[in-house]
Amino acid sequence: MKNRVNVKEVKSGLQDRRSFLKISGLALAGTGLLLAGCSDDDDAGGMAADNQLPGVRNGVFDLGGGDLGILTYAYALEQLEADFYTRVVNNNNFTSVFSAEEQEILVDLYNHEVVHREFFRAAISGALNGDTARLLPNLEFDYGSLNFGNRLTVLQTAKTLEDTGVAAYNGAGRYISDVNYLLIAGKIVSVEARHASAIRDLLNPGSADFAGNDVVTTDTGLDVARRPSQIISEVAALDVVQTQFTAQFLP
Amino acid sequence: MNILKFIESFTDEKLLNSKGSRRESFNQFKALGTNGAMSALPLGLLTFASGQKANAATTAFAATAETPTQALQLALTLEYLEDDFYEMALAMNNLIPAADRAVFEQIALHENAHVQLLRSALGANVIEKPEFDFTVNGAFDTFTNYQTFLALAQAFEDTGVRAYKGQAGNLITQPALLEAALQIHSVEARHATQVRRLRDRLGLDNIKGWVTGDSRGTLPSQTQAVYNGEGNTNQAGFNTASVTATNGPAIPSAAGAESFDEPLSGTEATTIASLFIVP
Repeated sequence: MKNRVNVKEVKSGLQDRRSFLKISGLALAGTGLLLAGCSDDDDAGGMAADNQLPGVRNGVFDLGGGDLGILTYAYALEQLEADFYTRVVNNNNFTSVFSAEEQEILVDLYNHEVVHREFFRAAISGALNGDTARLLPNLEFDYGSLNFGNRLTVLQTAKTLEDTGVAAYNGAGRYISDVNYLLIAGKIVSVEARHASAIRDLLNPGSADFAGNDVVTTDTGLDVARRPSQIISEVAALDVVQTQFTAQFLP
Repeated sequence: MNILKFIESFTDEKLLNSKGSRRESFNQFKALGTNGAMSALPLGLLTFASGQKANAATTAFAATAETPTQALQLALTLEYLEDDFYEMALAMNNLIPAADRAVFEQIALHENAHVQLLRSALGANVIEKPEFDFTVNGAFDTFTNYQTFLALAQAFEDTGVRAYKGQAGNLITQPALLEAALQIHSVEARHATQVRRLRDRLGLDNIKGWVTGDSRGTLPSQTQAVYNGEGNTNQAGFNTASVTATNGPAIPSAAGAESFDEPLSGTEATTIASLFIVP
């Protein structure tokens, strides 16, 4: 049950979903503690063994291990971001709720995240040599009561997603073994960081929040970086991803 | 991550100086005379370097950054440059308006922390701070004109993003170093976007927080090397400019290049920094 995004059939009862994920969150936290005790020498990495390829295991899609696992993990995150901004820009009140500057930024973020998603779909498909069953399916999302017509709600959710993206790529880099994939991840993470900076400044203009002390440690000047297992548990806690998947082979 | 563990990993000189298979293959590559980084120096960089300080190769720091040590030395050079730049700017009485000081104090805080971190990390391999001339022999009124200061700030931050990206591969054998470099890299990107948006808001440029094509906007021509190659739309064979929307507004082709920041080689980053280093 490691790194499992436990989801359910879409239900109207929000309370049921929350309690279900609460249990799954606890399971994930336990996994995280175990991982924290491991030496860095045990870091997984490299090309996945054949038995760690992405694909369905026991009826549930697993993201897989090695570089393909990391790419599939990134693909899942980009699917989430792209879906979120698609809903933001498609909302009926988009042009009335957001200022012209905010609209321009949110449309750009929609553009970029859709490009990222489509890039990963193509890159992973290529690496799988046509074995389409191993490509992560299109995930389904349900944002519950999230009000896409509320400026603050949208911007705060965007901030969470972008900061999470930065932490995810920063924390995944060390598990990538192919230098070309590492470079691609580097090309994307700085764009995610640019997004985070812009959204943070929209929320608190002219302040230090664009690179705030909540994300950049002041004595080291280092940005956030978190392991895939931790990110997956955080994403599960958002209670948005409806499609069940596991990540048994990611650190 | 655990910072003590991180510092510990840095100060192991054997690790820093290790010449693994990557280094060997790089040398073999050079022996064949096909070293792309050296032979394919973009024209714009040559222009950038051909000013008063054309002799970039004589500067003291690592020019090619092949090893983890050289990668960190290049990073430290760039951090010295940024740290000095913001410290001098913040010390000027009438340069940065009160409304913008919080932004530059935060950036300066980070650049200073990066200098300290990289110095500790390099240990015996530390390089000392070069002497900088941010006016480039008086060509730029950097510390008396806020617009010039902002222009250089943007160029330095966008350079930093690209330079760290270019060093990631050189750190791939050192997970702790790589992760720290990535963590600095994204901070530089946060900075870059803030400065870009500030310049846009002040009407000094018509730009976004992300780089569009190869455009330097209204920055001086000497900075074109900072943006050359940013318009790349080929990512691992995928044409990023060709993405079409399935459920939403049409996606302009320019979004493709915006979605991916491009790296600078060690040589390219060194050439840009050298313009501001007193030989």
